[in-house]
Amino acid sequence: MRGNSSNGESSSDDSGTTLTYWASNQGTSLANDKEVLTPVLADFTKQTGIKVTLEVIGWNDLQTRIQTAITSGQGPDVLNIGNTWGVSLQATGGLMEFADAEMKAIGGSDRFVKAALETGGAPGTTPTSVPLYGLAYGLYYNKAMFKTAGLTPPTTWEEMVSAGKKLTDPSKGVYGMSLAAASYTENAHFAFINAAQNGAALFDSAGKPTFTSSGVVEGVLRYIDLMQTDKIVNTSDSQYDNGTLSVTAFAKKKAAMIINQNNADATIISAGMKADEFGVVPFPAPKDAKKDVASHIAGINIAVMKSTKHKDQALKLVKHMTSESVQETLGKPFSSLPVLKDGKATFTTDADELKVFTEVYNTRSEPLPLVANEDQFETSVGKAMNNLFAKVATGTTIRSADVSSVLKTAQDSIR
Amino acid sequence: MAIRTTAAPTGSSPGGPSGGGRSARRRAARQPYWWFPYLIVAPAVIFEIAIHIIPMLTGVWMSFVKLTKFYIRNWANAPFIGLGNYQYAIDINTSVGQSLVRSFLMTCAYTIIVVGASWILGMAAAVALQKTFRSRAFWRTLFLIPYALPMYAGIITWNFMFQRDTGMVNHLLVDQLHLMSSRPFLLIGGNAFGSLVTVAIWRMWPFAFLMIMAGLQSVPTDIYEASAIDGATPWRQWRTITLPMLGSVNKVLVLVMFLWVFNDFNTPYVLFGNGQPPAGDLISFHIYNASFLSWDFGTGAAMSVMLLIFLLIVSLIYLFFINRSGDDNA
Repeated sequence: MRGNSSNGESSSDDSGTTLTYWASNQGTSLANDKEVLTPVLADFTKQTGIKVTLEVIGWNDLQTRIQTAITSGQGPDVLNIGNTWGVSLQATGGLMEFADAEMKAIGGSDRFVKAALETGGAPGTTPTSVPLYGLAYGLYYNKAMFKTAGLTPPTTWEEMVSAGKKLTDPSKGVYGMSLAAASYTENAHFAFINAAQNGAALFDSAGKPTFTSSGVVEGVLRYIDLMQTDKIVNTSDSQYDNGTLSVTAFAKKKAAMIINQNNADATIISAGMKADEFGVVPFPAPKDAKKDVASHIAGINIAVMKSTKHKDQALKLVKHMTSESVQETLGKPFSSLPVLKDGKATFTTDADELKVFTEVYNTRSEPLPLVANEDQFETSVGKAMNNLFAKVATGTTIRSADVSSVLKTAQDSIR
Repeated sequence: MAIRTTAAPTGSSPGGPSGGGRSARRRAARQPYWWFPYLIVAPAVIFEIAIHIIPMLTGVWMSFVKLTKFYIRNWANAPFIGLGNYQYAIDINTSVGQSLVRSFLMTCAYTIIVVGASWILGMAAAVALQKTFRSRAFWRTLFLIPYALPMYAGIITWNFMFQRDTGMVNHLLVDQLHLMSSRPFLLIGGNAFGSLVTVAIWRMWPFAFLMIMAGLQSVPTDIYEASAIDGATPWRQWRTITLPMLGSVNKVLVLVMFLWVFNDFNTPYVLFGNGQPPAGDLISFHIYNASFLSWDFGTGAAMSVMLLIFLLIVSLIYLFFINRSGDDNA
C-alpha cells in the first residue's frame, strides 16, 4: 500500500530508506542525548520502516558543520538548529522551505506556538525550520541562601543586585551570581535582553545594525557592571566559556543566582543540587525599564536540508519529532518547554517553576533580530562582551565610551 | 648533433619534451618507450594538481568574489567584485583593516619568539645529549614526548593547567612557591599572549631538538677531539665546529618552523576555545573567524592570498640570503 506523506502513513519506499539526523546537544552530554533519542527514533522506525542514523553534535561545532553541509550539499537529511540562526540559515538557501504542502505534511502550522514558529524565517517569508524545543531564560536562586539572608526572590534589577551584594562573600568564594562571561552566545543574548529592556533595537527596520545606540550601550554596560561595579560576580567567571560552568558553580553553592534557560534543570540536578533547593523567577528588568522583557524566544528548531533525496521521509521524521507524544517524552530529559499550542510541559514537577517559564516564554519573550545577519550579531557583539569582561577581570575600568567603541567595531565588521 | 642526441631522453632541450617537432618524432622512433617516465610521473602530477593547484586557484578566485552566506550554496554565481575584498580587508580606516594589521603584527612577534626560543632550546638539548652517558636514551625520549603527544590532548592539558582558580601553574606559583600573593589570569588579559607562546614553544622545540640531534650525528667526533687537544673550550667548539657543520640543517629547520608557526591555528584554537582573548587572534585564527564566524569567505580568501604572498616573499628573501652566505663561506 502506498501511503501519503502528508498523513504520515508509510509508503512502500520507506522501508528501504535511511535518513541521517544531526541532533544538537540538549542533555547532560552527547552520550546522554543519544541515549534519550535512540528509543524515540527506534519507535519512528517501527512505525514507518524508515531507519535513522543519528549523530549528536556539540554546540561549538554545529554551526560550522551546517555551513559545510550547505556548501558541499553533502549533509544530513534532517537537522537541529539553534532557533536564533533560523533567518541566517534561511538566507543561505540550503534549507527546505516549509510551504503549505510541507506544513500540511507535518500536521499544519496551527499546532505551533506562534512566536516560536516566527523564528523559522524572516518576516513575510516562507519558514525553513519549525520549532522543536522551547526555551526561555529565568533567574535561578538558591532557596536556602536567600532564606538565611532574609531575602525574597527579586522582582526588579535593583533588588537582584542588592540581594547579590548581600549574598557575596569573596572570603568564602561565594558570590551573588555566576555568569558564563566568556560565552559569546550568552553574552549576545543578554546584550539583546538588556537593550530591549531599555527600549532599544539591535537592527533598524532596513536590517542595518544599530549597536551603538545609547539603549544598547547602556544595556550592555548594565550587564558588565554585575562584575565591575556591583561586584556580585566572581571575576574568574570571565573564563567561563559555556553555560554549564556557571550552572555547576550554582549547583555547588558557589553562587546564589544564575540566569539560565530552563534546560539548566537537568545539569543542576546532575551536578548534585536537589530540585527543591532552587527556585526560579523571571529575569528582572530595572524599575524604570521601558519594556519588561525577560528573555528572547530561545530554543531549537528542526529543519530539512534542501539537498535531501528523501524529502517525504524527512518530513515524516519532523512530524514525528514534533508530535505531542514525542514532545512530552523529550520535554523532561531535555528540560524543554512545549512548542505546541496544546503541548503539555513535562520538564519539571515544580508548578511554580513551570508557571514562571511558561509565562516568560509566552508573554515576556521577544525573538532575537529576525535578520540575515543575526549570526554575525551574536559573534561580533558576543565576543566584544567577552573582552569587556576580561578587561574588568584584569583590572581595567570600563565606561560607556569603551562599550560604545567596541560595539562600533562589532558593527563595522558586519558587511 | 652529438649534444642533441644525449640531451633528448631527459627532455632538457630548449623546446621541452614535446617541443621538438621532427626531432621529437625521431626520438620516439628511436626510443619506443619514451613516454614511460611521463607515465610514472603522471599520478603525482595529477594528485598535485587536484590537492594543491586547484584548491589554491579556487582560493584565489574566491578572493575576487563576494562569497557570503547568501552565495555559499551557489558559490559559482557569487558576484565578481575584483579587488573589493582586498580593499575591505586592508582598509586601516575601518576596524576590519585595523584588526588585520594588529593580528599580523602579533603573529610576527609570536613567530619570532617561538621559533627563536624553540631553536635555542632544541640546540641546547641536542648539544647536551651529544655525548654518550648512562641515561641519555631516557632524556632523549623524555624531550620528544611533547612532539609525540596528540596535539589536542597536549594543548587542552595546558588549558587545564592555566586555569586561574584550579590550574596547576597558579597552584605552584601562589600556593607552593609563594611567588605571588594573588592568582593571576593566565588565559585572558595581558598574560594570555605569554601562555600562548609557552604552549607553542613546548610543542615546537622537540622538533628542533630532533632535527639538530640528527644533524649532529653527521659531525665527525675526531674534529672535536682534535680541537680539544688544541685547547678549544666547549663554547668555541660550538661556535666554530657545531654551528657551521649544522648550517644546512639549520637553514631548513628555521624555514620550516617559521612557516609552521606563522600559520599556527591549532594552538590558539584549542587553548582558548570560544573564550578567545585578543592575544589569541593570530592570523590563521583571524582568517578562520572572517570566513566561518562572519560567513565572509571572500574576505577570508583575500586575507589568505595576502598571507601566502607574504610568506612566499619572506621565504625567497631568506633563501636568497642564506644561499648567498653559504656561497660566501664556501
